[in-house]
Amino acid sequence: MSIELQKVTKNFGEVTAVANVSFSVKEGELMALLGPSGGGKTTVLRMIAGLEVPTTGDVFIRGQRVNDLSVQQRNIGFVFQNYALFKNMNVYKNVAFGLKIKKWKRKAIKERITELLELFGLAGLDKRYPHQLSGGQRQRVAIARALAPKPSVLLLDEPFGAVDAKIRQELREWLVTLHHDLNVTTIFVTHDQEEAMEVANRIVIFSRGRLEQVGAPREVYEQPANEFVARFIGVMNVIEPEVSNGVARLGELEFPSHGLETGQKLRIGFRPYAVQISSDLTQYRYRAVLRRTFFLGVMLRVELELPSGLVIRARMSKEEYAHQCLEDGKEVSFQIRQYRVLARDQNALSAETELIYQPPPVVGENI
Amino acid sequence: MAGDIKIRTRAAQKPSQRGTEESPVMKWVLIIVALGFCLVFLLLPLANVFAQAFSKGWTYYLRSLTEPDSWAAIRLTLIVAAITVPLNVMFGLAAAWAIAKFDFRGKSLLITLIDLPFSVSPVVAGLMFVVLFGLQGFFGKWLQAYDVKIIFAVPGIVLATTFVTFPFVARELIPVMQATGTEQEQAALTLGANGWQTFWHVTLPSVKWGLIYGIILCNARAMGEFGAVSVVSGHIAGQTDTMPLRVQKLYEEYNAPAAFAVASLLALLALLTLGIKTLLEWRQAREYEKAQRAQADNP
Repeated sequence: MSIELQKVTKNFGEVTAVANVSFSVKEGELMALLGPSGGGKTTVLRMIAGLEVPTTGDVFIRGQRVNDLSVQQRNIGFVFQNYALFKNMNVYKNVAFGLKIKKWKRKAIKERITELLELFGLAGLDKRYPHQLSGGQRQRVAIARALAPKPSVLLLDEPFGAVDAKIRQELREWLVTLHHDLNVTTIFVTHDQEEAMEVANRIVIFSRGRLEQVGAPREVYEQPANEFVARFIGVMNVIEPEVSNGVARLGELEFPSHGLETGQKLRIGFRPYAVQISSDLTQYRYRAVLRRTFFLGVMLRVELELPSGLVIRARMSKEEYAHQCLEDGKEVSFQIRQYRVLARDQNALSAETELIYQPPPVVGENI
Repeated sequence: MAGDIKIRTRAAQKPSQRGTEESPVMKWVLIIVALGFCLVFLLLPLANVFAQAFSKGWTYYLRSLTEPDSWAAIRLTLIVAAITVPLNVMFGLAAAWAIAKFDFRGKSLLITLIDLPFSVSPVVAGLMFVVLFGLQGFFGKWLQAYDVKIIFAVPGIVLATTFVTFPFVARELIPVMQATGTEQEQAALTLGANGWQTFWHVTLPSVKWGLIYGIILCNARAMGEFGAVSVVSGHIAGQTDTMPLRVQKLYEEYNAPAAFAVASLLALLALLTLGIKTLLEWRQAREYEKAQRAQADNP
């Protein structure tokens, strides 16, 4: 185990930023801490770094309890959200800072920096000052500076937050490649679920200071541990049908619900990709009108309006859409291939879950 | 579509000035009033200082300055500045650091207190020290028992000057430090630097210009302070006279050329301060511009 948190809690005065969080990161892993803002993920990262001290609980780095070790003694590399490059030093001196502090020999420093700048595509920029660099270059300098003293773990706080969309995509791919090449244990914080899914080997999901789920991207997407995760990762149709005579109904939609009392409500979620559509009106069970189509690149998202007025979102490939000769206003039949019961008892749907849920942006989702 | 854009660019090139436009006569009247004011109240007196100082020639000028009591006043002024400025640099750095980088109770009180010397008349400031350390003051008996002289001696002058020049460095540093934030320092810590290394390599260079600016302002005031020093100094010729006090004394002795000779040194200091200040501002503006240009080249 490279890093381990055991029952870590952090209070800032009255506010509990992180509550009883435990998880571990394996050597060489690329881990994402994901959650909405204010979820406590940055605080967790800063506690691993030693920039914050846990109120209770223990932090271990490579088996050593580091609660009482200062930032300087932990041998970590930290990349700040806005990079925090030393403005008065050029690129070379920025990257050399940690090595000079650790009393490396001049020649060794020079070799290490030449190697890093080469690797990071920064060769020839060593005399430039931070304000003379582009956003992407600044970020690479910040990572080079953090990695120079060969830390046992690299920590990045919202590494792609401060650059524009196009560069962000490049940087994501670059970070994956870099991690593959260097194989240093890496933890990064993000509020962007897409980013976490694309970059990380495993994801830790936080909300309101609590750990909701730890797992591989596919795991948290396909087997979300709870309603929060299900709704935070990717787009989901959520409906609340009412049970009558062993069947939960909302409008035309029906779900089997054996053993539940009449009058009880369920909360059911299904992903847009689980909705199958056909222009053959007899093929599937339900009927609807294709209300709107959104083009998202290779994939399309469509909105289906049922006769009762219920609207659900579905997703399909362009080829499929063309093959079925679909267009806005056309009548179709559909079925729901797969769904999850998110909550069974209306009372058990805590108010908190409702509050923290922020609907994911509807247009432009890729998952 | 294209025509649309053209019209808009032309409009942008010639911004409407109707709201602020005055008649040319008014413009020139205002300019002449402003310049005339500067000439009469600033430049003429300043030129007069130097004219008077050299009215009896170079030799007399130099002799006035090297005359023992004047020379002692110059030395004392330099000593006072040499003690006061570093003290206030240390205090200013500590206060600015505390205010910019920590949150604590009484922070706004501290900010108000730092400004206190600006709002208190220097004479009152001097009197405060007399009341505290004078023979009849709170600590007077105790100090006398240990044979420590503060009032009518150099320590009193240093205290009064420190009090009066107290806000200059802190005032300059607080906004600079607040703008810089704490991330660079934290980055240094994560790279293994201890507190002192962080301060020396990261904090100090990032506030360099603000600090230099604060120092020259603090120095100018320390050398030029009259009111507070006048109350605590006791005007002992050759011992507790600073340059401003010496100027007054020479003038009262009807030795105008000598008074102006010493005054010319203070005036020179003022000009020098102004020069350095302008240079610093120009450099900062240029650095900023360079940064902007680099930004534009490297999107």
